[in-house]
Amino acid sequence: MARRDEQKRPASPASVTDPSAVLEPLLSRRSVVVGAALAVGASVMQGMAAPVPQARPTPPIVPDGPVPDPTTVLGRLPNELGVRSQFEKAKRRPSNTSSQSPLDDLYGAITPSELHFERHHGGVAVVDPATYTLLIHGLVERPMIFTLDDLKRFPSASRICFLECAGNMARGAKEETRAQQVCGLTSQSEWTGVMLSTLFKEVGVRPDASWFLAEGQDAAVMSRSIPLEKAFDDAMIVYAQNGEAIRPEQGYPARLLLPGWEGNTNVKWLRRLELSTRPFMTREETSKYTEAIKGDKARQFSFVIDARSIITSPTYPGRVEKGWIEIRGIAWSGRGKIRRAELSFDEGKSWVAATLQAPVLSKAHTRFRHLYEWDGTEVTVMSRAVDETGYVQPTVRELVDARGPGSGPYHLNPITGWRFRPDGSVTFRTEKWA
Amino acid sequence: MKRALALSFVLITAAACNRADAPPSRFGFGRAATPAEIQTLDIDVGPDGVGLPAGQGTAVAGAPVYAAKCATCHGSAGEGTPIAAALVGRIPNDSFNYATSTGGDRRKTVGSWWPHATTLYDYIRRAMPFDKPGTLTPDEIYAVTAFLLAKNEIVKDDFVIDATSLPAVKMPSRDRFVADDREKSNRVR
Repeated sequence: MARRDEQKRPASPASVTDPSAVLEPLLSRRSVVVGAALAVGASVMQGMAAPVPQARPTPPIVPDGPVPDPTTVLGRLPNELGVRSQFEKAKRRPSNTSSQSPLDDLYGAITPSELHFERHHGGVAVVDPATYTLLIHGLVERPMIFTLDDLKRFPSASRICFLECAGNMARGAKEETRAQQVCGLTSQSEWTGVMLSTLFKEVGVRPDASWFLAEGQDAAVMSRSIPLEKAFDDAMIVYAQNGEAIRPEQGYPARLLLPGWEGNTNVKWLRRLELSTRPFMTREETSKYTEAIKGDKARQFSFVIDARSIITSPTYPGRVEKGWIEIRGIAWSGRGKIRRAELSFDEGKSWVAATLQAPVLSKAHTRFRHLYEWDGTEVTVMSRAVDETGYVQPTVRELVDARGPGSGPYHLNPITGWRFRPDGSVTFRTEKWA
Repeated sequence: MKRALALSFVLITAAACNRADAPPSRFGFGRAATPAEIQTLDIDVGPDGVGLPAGQGTAVAGAPVYAAKCATCHGSAGEGTPIAAALVGRIPNDSFNYATSTGGDRRKTVGSWWPHATTLYDYIRRAMPFDKPGTLTPDEIYAVTAFLLAKNEIVKDDFVIDATSLPAVKMPSRDRFVADDREKSNRVR
């Protein structure tokens, strides 16, 4: 098998993070592997009397030159922590404030935890789970403190849902834009934790409470006011993501999860909930995460993510060939289930329903796919989502007409598309916003 | 005897089922929080001023604090830099036509966009300075708050900002904010 051009080789053994590469600088990577394999073989022949050498957990072995026939080489033995194939290159795309999920490299409905988008306002906090506590106070009968173990003793629940940053739209993106850059600040996980209603029943909510403050323990001491109804609808305090403890950048060891609501309200590294009669008017719900609308007003507490979709394949910088193409993408809505994902091949004049991948879950990324036979002539493929409330994903023009050209940057969910060109290239369908 | 045994079995089973089917309203997990523990973490400041600590400051006192701790990122006059938002500036006549006008300076500053003066104290205490959050004293936070309000021509340079005066400051954009109404319809709003 030919080595892929983009594959990185270590410049020297010392550049590899495996400590063995530093400890054994005189050995090439290949000879270390062969040596380990021989040692294992010897111990097997001795009826396992000799201790089995510890298999090296990371990183994957990057071969020098072509990959040898795998039927001729003893493979790596079982180890403690798996890593993805050395040939897989999907990465987040980081900036100073966020990193985008590689939507165009993903399959199915779950985002691998290591590729979940990030957005934080004071870096990734390091919180010791042994000393972690969650305080619930304010308008409650019994102000209480819960440890992480306490949270895990309560009845648990798991839910698959998306998270999305409210500012997840690259307005005015150029033709050479990946789906990851267009709206990669959304990801999906299975989250496990305790229903917030369970905790609120434990502390006893006073009748005059109507809002609660959720506060994190990062360097921004992130804080948002949340209407109390959400707590008794579907809010959760989660400590697990995709079967393991949640990732540090997702709020380890525990975060608030508000299905369908803008990412910022899902406060990470959660340390405190305070119940109150009114919102707290924190910076993130006044100076940020508010949108100008017509009438010289600003929209506040705009929590729900409206329905949207994006085609993830084929997209830039991928290529297309004449013949059958499976057009793939994701559709989602913070208001509930996706009812339809539709495609247009004529600039939105007509729409055809794509196939939805079951199960179609509420407030969840839903895969769609559609078989299309391309004749090689230029065509633009657009997608739009329709959710169970009947909300139809709008065009840029409809958004601008409804809110004004200067609205944003939050809650922009326009229809997008991709152009298949006769030379086989695929480019983003550009659009003027104002 | 047999009947009595059978009956008690039924009763025991029923009791077990009851326990399984009806979880308690409270589990007894966790422990009571002490007033001291609550006070340590309860740092939020509301729009009514609830939560503001003792202390005070003026723009005059805030100028050197701003210059030393804030200007590097936000600019010497709060004009903003590529790495941090503009904090100072008003739109002519406080028109707030952000959505409909795309021309001119439409930066969202403390003077043009922030609806509550209390948010300044709350946020500076939480998150600023960016590289050393939580290091300013209450008097320094009051003073920097006063400095930003004065630079935005909302209060005078010698106006004393404290727990009483701060919530009474009326911001130019105070009445511009409306509740989200998108979910009242399935049409785009």
